[in-house]
Amino acid sequence: MSINGKAYIAGVYEHPTRKADDKSLPQLHAESALGALEDAGLTKADVDGYFCAGDAPGLGGLSMADYMGLKLRYIDTTETGGSSYVIHVGHAAQAIAAGKCDVALITLAGRPRAEGMATGTAPRNYGAGPPDVPFESPYGPTVVNQYAMAAMRHMHEFGTTSEQLAWIKVAASQHAQWNEHALLRDVVTVEDVVSSPMIADPLHRLDCCVITDGGGAIVVVKPEIAKRLKRPRVKVLGAGEAVKHQQGGKIDLTYTGARWSGPIAFAEANVTPGDIKYVSIYDSFTITVLITLEDLGFAPKGQGGKFVSDGNLISGVGKLPFNTDGGGLCNNHPANRGGLTKVVEAVRQLRGEAHPKVQVKSCDLALAHGTGGSLATRHGSATLIMGRE
Amino acid sequence: MSPARTIPAPPVNAEIKPFFDAAAAGKLLYKRCAACGEAHYYPRANCPFCGSDRTEWKDASGQGTIYAWSVLRRVPAPYAIAYVTLAEGPTMMTNIVDCDLDRIRIGQKVKVVFKPTDGGPPVPMFTPAN
Repeated sequence: MSINGKAYIAGVYEHPTRKADDKSLPQLHAESALGALEDAGLTKADVDGYFCAGDAPGLGGLSMADYMGLKLRYIDTTETGGSSYVIHVGHAAQAIAAGKCDVALITLAGRPRAEGMATGTAPRNYGAGPPDVPFESPYGPTVVNQYAMAAMRHMHEFGTTSEQLAWIKVAASQHAQWNEHALLRDVVTVEDVVSSPMIADPLHRLDCCVITDGGGAIVVVKPEIAKRLKRPRVKVLGAGEAVKHQQGGKIDLTYTGARWSGPIAFAEANVTPGDIKYVSIYDSFTITVLITLEDLGFAPKGQGGKFVSDGNLISGVGKLPFNTDGGGLCNNHPANRGGLTKVVEAVRQLRGEAHPKVQVKSCDLALAHGTGGSLATRHGSATLIMGRE
Repeated sequence: MSPARTIPAPPVNAEIKPFFDAAAAGKLLYKRCAACGEAHYYPRANCPFCGSDRTEWKDASGQGTIYAWSVLRRVPAPYAIAYVTLAEGPTMMTNIVDCDLDRIRIGQKVKVVFKPTDGGPPVPMFTPAN
């Protein structure tokens, strides 16, 4: 069963906070939820499906359903890190298409800044249970040194340079200057990026995303409801998901799960990369964007460095405008999970509601891609294609 | 040489105890499946390729090649994480140690050494072969 045309994104919300010392985690979820429902022109009472991931406090979605007072007939707590929320949109469309719910609410929130979390340079603690932990935790894998290994291998195999990676940050900063909520609004140059401190070779400080508190929410509805709402209609056209892991030791860091999730989404939407007007690409690090663009078919494998150079990702300048809110590199990476805000900015573009300085002309087809976990070990990939009706 | 980093102890369970017992005796083990013939790492009771439970512990030569690496700089004791491809085939996560961290390169030949952990069995790491 295809989900093409079976569901619409009716409401989105990105919490404006970037440091939430005075708010609780469930409060951030609820404020985001209510913001997205208001954006859609719906109320909490309309929600009958709820989607959340590991950032939601409590057992699965139970505590948040209780806290927000939701009456549910569908729940999905698929957890693939930062890609979860992109997967949730696809799953919501499936549930709606199957008649299992009519109004699906997806929430994300987190407070890594307020809690003083060493997000990138300290190993994550998943306990003793995961089977990989005995063979990885002694070696100090952190988020940044794992992604750095993918970057190192890409440079080795294809000649990708730090200057090429820097262009991705430059483009994000060009966009972020117009976003009043962005954490980093200063425009940076290639030289600024490559001369910033080395964090984990070959990734510099400015190759890394921001750490922010905040959250966001998405409301997905069935077509009959979308048609009676007053907002511009954004149709879900295709969704693909995949998990890439170490493959029993046959490790290849030169590609991501986007190589598999992308073709599924493109086939369902019945479009090709050349048709896409705007992309939101998960940007935990500059290298994440570069490899993902190759895997989605926007550039041949190994040519991503050349593709992103010379402003090609800058709206109004290059051929493929990306992350026009400033993305995770400059704007926001709430809860260290950037998938939800990728969908939000894509919806803004399709509605014509992005900042006028970065709004893509005639933006009728957009793609959002999420990457969750680690490029070097295990990650979820989710590709979502949306169209303006 | 970098300052010492405290190496977390690996949590050992029955499935993987032979690996860490061997490490304590200075031997690196991997697994090969008697059903499909594939070698794999990290070691599992059931083959990740064919699912068979006929997986067997094998001695590795301890020789390998660096597939990817990165030195984490923004910590008190910088260290090199790496993937090393064993002569026997599988690629494993490890650290490159006892060397100049600024001279590590992809393709470099390395050999296994065992390093003590914080209250647990030693773990295999690698150092330049020459």
